[in-house]
Amino acid sequence: MRYLPHTEEDIAEMLRVVGVDSLDDLFSSIPKNCCCRMRLNLPEAISEWELNSHMIDLAGNMGAFPEYKTYLGAGSYEHFIPASVSYLLGRSEFATAYTPYQPEMSQGTLQAIYEYQTLVTRLLGMEVANASLYDGASALAEALLMSIRITRRKKVAISRCVHPNYRQVVRTYLGPAEVEVIELPYLENGHTDIKKLDEIEDLAGVAVQSPNFFGSIEDLQTISEMTHKQGALFITAFTEPMAYGVLKNPGTLGADIVCGEGQSFGIPQSFGGPGLGMFACKMKYVRNMPGRLVGKTKDADGKNGFVLTLATREQHIRRGKATSNICSNNSLCALAAAMYMASVGSTGLKYLSRLNHDKSEYLKKKLVNAGFAISFGSPTFNEFVAEFPKGFENRYQELLEKKIVAGYPIAADYPELPNHYLFCVTETKSREMIDTLVKEIQR
Amino acid sequence: MKDFQGTSGLILNEPLLWEKGKPGRHGFSFPRQDIEINELNENLTGEGPDFPDLSEVDVVRHYTRLSQWNFGVDTGMYPLGSCTMKYNPKTNEEQASLPGFAKAHPLLPSSLSQGVLKLMFDLKSFLSEITGMAAVTLQPAAGAHGEFTGMLLIRAFHKSKGMKRTKIIIPDTAHGTNPASASLCGFRSIPLKSNKDGILSPKAVSEIMDEETAGIMVTNPNTLGLFEDNIREIADIVHKKGGLVYCDGANMNAVMGIIDMSAIGIDVLHLNLHKTFSTPHGGGGPGSGPVCVGKHLEPFLPIPRVVKTNGKYRLSEDFPDSIGKIHAFYGNVGVMIRAYSYILSMGPDNLKKASQLAVLNANYIKEKLKKIFHLAYDKPCMHECVFSDKFQKNNKITTLDMAKRLMDYGFHPPTIYFPMVVNGAMMIEPTETESKEDIDFFIEALAAIADEAQNNPDRVRNAPQKCKVRRLDETAAARRPCL
Repeated sequence: MRYLPHTEEDIAEMLRVVGVDSLDDLFSSIPKNCCCRMRLNLPEAISEWELNSHMIDLAGNMGAFPEYKTYLGAGSYEHFIPASVSYLLGRSEFATAYTPYQPEMSQGTLQAIYEYQTLVTRLLGMEVANASLYDGASALAEALLMSIRITRRKKVAISRCVHPNYRQVVRTYLGPAEVEVIELPYLENGHTDIKKLDEIEDLAGVAVQSPNFFGSIEDLQTISEMTHKQGALFITAFTEPMAYGVLKNPGTLGADIVCGEGQSFGIPQSFGGPGLGMFACKMKYVRNMPGRLVGKTKDADGKNGFVLTLATREQHIRRGKATSNICSNNSLCALAAAMYMASVGSTGLKYLSRLNHDKSEYLKKKLVNAGFAISFGSPTFNEFVAEFPKGFENRYQELLEKKIVAGYPIAADYPELPNHYLFCVTETKSREMIDTLVKEIQR
Repeated sequence: MKDFQGTSGLILNEPLLWEKGKPGRHGFSFPRQDIEINELNENLTGEGPDFPDLSEVDVVRHYTRLSQWNFGVDTGMYPLGSCTMKYNPKTNEEQASLPGFAKAHPLLPSSLSQGVLKLMFDLKSFLSEITGMAAVTLQPAAGAHGEFTGMLLIRAFHKSKGMKRTKIIIPDTAHGTNPASASLCGFRSIPLKSNKDGILSPKAVSEIMDEETAGIMVTNPNTLGLFEDNIREIADIVHKKGGLVYCDGANMNAVMGIIDMSAIGIDVLHLNLHKTFSTPHGGGGPGSGPVCVGKHLEPFLPIPRVVKTNGKYRLSEDFPDSIGKIHAFYGNVGVMIRAYSYILSMGPDNLKKASQLAVLNANYIKEKLKKIFHLAYDKPCMHECVFSDKFQKNNKITTLDMAKRLMDYGFHPPTIYFPMVVNGAMMIEPTETESKEDIDFFIEALAAIADEAQNNPDRVRNAPQKCKVRRLDETAAARRPCL
């Protein structure tokens, strides 16, 4: 086997040094009542060429671009990834390295992540960002736990317009902490209804998502003011960071913690993972922040270098009292995002972001002209909800057979919104494709 | 005459991203504006982020140079204990980047995701077979995430029996994530000392196990590289008082095809796909931490779960006792694809051989170095062995010094100062993918450093000399953070 370099001679010589007669004897000190198994019942080993065939078969059984045109968002976004980014990520000095605990031989990873942290703070308008968490959902859960640690209160409020899966993850994480999770309803225009906030006392944190699950851009300024009036921390989440190429960033609108999903920036969708948990906060809260942090320092010659820092927050130092249990995070994905942000640049991100919005508005207009209703009146970024007549499920199935995925039915998560579909249009959809979609829907 | 790997070379400097570039440059091919511009309301729009504008050449040179300052498994031996830095097969990368997988949206209807759903379903059955456990969840995104999931499962189990248990027993050799995960789940950690042989003794467990204790978190083999010989008796003691046994499976690489985890009394364990199952570490992730459980814990597993009905696969949330979700979707599928490819490439015999050779390599290193370095426990080890700097301390040379000097010889240092039960610990895990020649070279290098410690200590104290930077001031970085 090409990953097992030992020859029979190697093994014989090494067994001699160790002082046992066979490989099995290496395990003779294990108590008999714990050892040993019958042969594992797994498929027999296959060659690289058989593996290729098998996997092409499996991957062929999937509905993916370019064969399929999917208009799905809802937490996972189809964006172009430059060949240069994929190529650079393949450099095995990045991919096969471990966590940079030995900084002198990991300056590549460390500088790259330091740069990533800085780019994230600039994207979100915040003062400090960490080196990544697993995904947007766990990042939101960690943000709420952080607000509880800081304020020492046991109540949080979360908008119903936050991604349903994120809210589920939050409940799972906050369950053991015995925290009360209050859900804020939404208004007819697709925004979070924050009237309730006035009545709730002892709030640790208020979390909204913008653009929210319906695609609507929330009024973060107003929510920020109300939240701070209650003495709580204002947490904003996002699933689509592309929005911040054109929208006002949450930092300038008063967010204390910003967290979300960075997959849109250079990371393949990959059926939902690995993604990228982006996390940033105000500097005054940094010692309460979960996750790894890269900082600048100097070496013995006075030269600049980078190290992991403020590790006393983390599990390998504080153990049971750590700010989080996180160890391996999504570092390579953070690297991909940094490479993507470096490739698009300031000018490029603005253009791409606006293009996403324009494409989505184009679809919206065409659907309206075709006689369909847009569910919410507030401005959206690159996703929106449309309402179709009863029985549309049949048309939807027919469209699947034509290799078109016409949006995501949100009734399962919002039973009060049957026949409502969430559409996402990114820069990957041409005018022709969008025209075809509408034509097929109308048929 | 062979030279040591570590040498000097042309290492290029590279500024920070924002110190490069010019406004208007770009490294991206922009899609056409083929539809009308639609301005957003100006009270919603901002300036956009202050990113540097770089050309594609700028970006490629930047990251190429940065990568050259790094050391990965592909560069050389990386014997970090309990990390299992084995070779990352390149064919796995090919499989994960197949467009059918890479471009798949997680919310596709099941009719359009049969390929990946089958992969996940089969991977679960492979891991179930390898560990001997009844059911598996692939959702946790890393080992610590798996530990947290395991803690939630244990909590749910006790809750379902109407019990409220607040404590978890945690050995002194446990990885820091163990007590951190227990805390995250609202449990109080009760420390347990290992005995003089470096393993847990049943007597010590029975002294602290009670009906308020939810269970115990063991690592087997433990972080000293030793098999927990008394595990069955300990499991019985915990079970008798209604508790559960969690096993941190980070060290699974020592026992594939050899130990059946359920047979030794484990109720729930996590695996690290980025350790045992060859997926790349990525400089700190992404990993994947599947959790394997006995039948009694199956109802509580996270949703959704991949199920198979009449030959078709789908995701089901129809599990009312589930603890819920811990990931936005289904876990790190990209990582799962790599592990799945690895298991198919190895097959049952090679997986067992991998464990045997990993254990052989570690014992070989142990025997060769035990006269030069103080061996913490002079007995057969599993896939890793632990030394200390006791002998070298006489010359005022520490484990840290020697680790830094090892870099100059062209090796990544082993894990240092962990586990904490050994003062000045050096935990060496070679893995099975290191050849005898590379291991002999590693042994020679360490022997040379021990010699330097005696006869030329300044060389060790001033290490590393040949990396891009010299020893970095980590204290200053924490005292005056420059983020």
